[in-house]
Amino acid sequence: MYTLSNRLKIFSVALIILGALGWGYSYMSSHKTLDEVKTMLAEEEASHGGGHDVASTTGHAAVDAHTDAAEDHGDAHAEHVMHQIHNRPYSALYVAAFFFFMIALGVLAFYGIQYASQAGWSPVLFRVMEGITYYVLPGGLIVLAIAMWAGDHIFIWMDPEVVAHDKLIQGKVGWLNKSGFLIRGLIFLGGWSAYRYFSRKFSLAQDNADINDNSNFKKNFRISAGFLVFYIYTESMMSWDWIMSVDPHWFSTLFGWYVFASMFVSGITVIALITIYLKSKGLLEFVNDSHMHDLAKFMFAISIFWTYLWFSQFMLIWYANIPEEVTYFVTRIQDYKLPFFGMLALNFIFPFLVLMNSDYKRIPWFIVMAGIAILVGHYVDIYNMIMPATVGDRWGFGMAEFGAIFFFLGLFMLVVFYALSKQPLLAKGNPFIKESEHFHY
Amino acid sequence: MEASQVIHAIYTDDDVLMSAVKKVKAEKYHIEEIYTPFPVHGLDKAMGLAPTRIAIAAFMYGCIGLIVATVMMNFIMIEDWPQNIGGKPSFSYIENMPAFVPIMFELTVFFAAHLMVITFYLRSRMWPFKKAENPDPRTTDDHFLMEIPVHGDADKLEGLLKKTGAVEINLVDKEDAH
Repeated sequence: MYTLSNRLKIFSVALIILGALGWGYSYMSSHKTLDEVKTMLAEEEASHGGGHDVASTTGHAAVDAHTDAAEDHGDAHAEHVMHQIHNRPYSALYVAAFFFFMIALGVLAFYGIQYASQAGWSPVLFRVMEGITYYVLPGGLIVLAIAMWAGDHIFIWMDPEVVAHDKLIQGKVGWLNKSGFLIRGLIFLGGWSAYRYFSRKFSLAQDNADINDNSNFKKNFRISAGFLVFYIYTESMMSWDWIMSVDPHWFSTLFGWYVFASMFVSGITVIALITIYLKSKGLLEFVNDSHMHDLAKFMFAISIFWTYLWFSQFMLIWYANIPEEVTYFVTRIQDYKLPFFGMLALNFIFPFLVLMNSDYKRIPWFIVMAGIAILVGHYVDIYNMIMPATVGDRWGFGMAEFGAIFFFLGLFMLVVFYALSKQPLLAKGNPFIKESEHFHY
Repeated sequence: MEASQVIHAIYTDDDVLMSAVKKVKAEKYHIEEIYTPFPVHGLDKAMGLAPTRIAIAAFMYGCIGLIVATVMMNFIMIEDWPQNIGGKPSFSYIENMPAFVPIMFELTVFFAAHLMVITFYLRSRMWPFKKAENPDPRTTDDHFLMEIPVHGDADKLEGLLKKTGAVEINLVDKEDAH
């Protein structure tokens, strides 16, 4: 049985406070007036020697309505930059909130798959997974709340002014409207957390049931199969709503899968990291090298799967070179070169090389090293999905981003380890638990 | 020194075979070879065989495939007959690389897979029309055969094998020790 140590509690709370202060400071200091922005731009112009204009006019297809309407381009540009500076703290908060939420959701999908496939190797890890998925409901509600609160700072289609001048968004208003967004979000979260609630309940009930009574396990099997069907539809729609709609003119048909790969690999990585942490505390003595090996295999495999989807999305758009599609990648390659290509190194090349050797998949510090790269890489992945649409080339990694990461990291740790401390770490009633304990490769 | 005689102990179950291997190894006998109808998990470790190096070979074959694909596509699409790819006539390999990635990937896999199989066959001394080394055709169906060279007391070894659950024990002269 794990008990939430005071040190961990204080550490998480400190992270939350530190993060809140950092983010709060960046939020306060982002309220720049138009004049301040103009002076800032003039200074930049002077130091850059005028090279700036070329870069900033390329990517903002979604907000071009502003520039058309205004007479003086200089003024419109300054106003545009001002909006981008205003948007940054909102976007930074949203990216971090979504990243930690998607870890929990990825674990929930992984957990559902273990039940639906009646996997024999994984039941020793079920309690760890259940602990992580405890974050699905609070994390999801926070993401939804930030989205509604930030409104057109992140989702430009939430601004009626923009929609009025934009034929393309007008055609999508049936789907892209505020009340629909909220209702869909609540349905997604309701379904996921209902599954989470019942599967946890049956999992605990199975522990206390008679040795010959597997009815709770069977119930879990059934609801898991149902959940996975619900999940793959709603996860896809969620990724259109919560991420893809920040670029309301652009769409990609495999976007849902792409986001799924990201959350799946991040989730599995966090299962591995928390398992290693708990093992280092002398707990989870029934988890052996082979379980770690399997988790690392999943990290390796899903990293490649993510790259496959990333590339599938990229190559078709790059090859076809259709203007309304290709702007998405043009913005990212011109203004986000380092995070865009850096994420490929972190998410693909690094885990690929580090985890390729079979023996290394059993060495905890190798898993931790690859795991940290994967988590940083997938944070940057989400960053690359949101930021180009909201802040354009005014991006950076500063108080706003790190504050938001610290805040949600602290919250995530507090919630997850609290959930872990509630129940014994071995799901002893699971009919496959013996097989799982003796699992060896 | 080559053994002129070997014992063939036949088993009918892979679990029995596994425990037999452990007992025979514990008595410090050398197991020459084991013939099984399917791969038995952990048998190589129990027999004390050196770990396979085919993974290293596979990695190198994959790298060769990657290089071949790169050199080939560069020659075909850029140098020999420059192609306008996706309306971007840059005639530069690196700028057109996304179009070549599927080929680079496929040839990496192709080289790794095929050369790995060929390496495995050569290393196992298998080639077309070779006479099978398999001493008992039943090992291709449902029997497991353990081959142990005899040095000295054959009766003692036979007794040990009997105890490990062998269903049949034959002392045979080995015609050709290679």
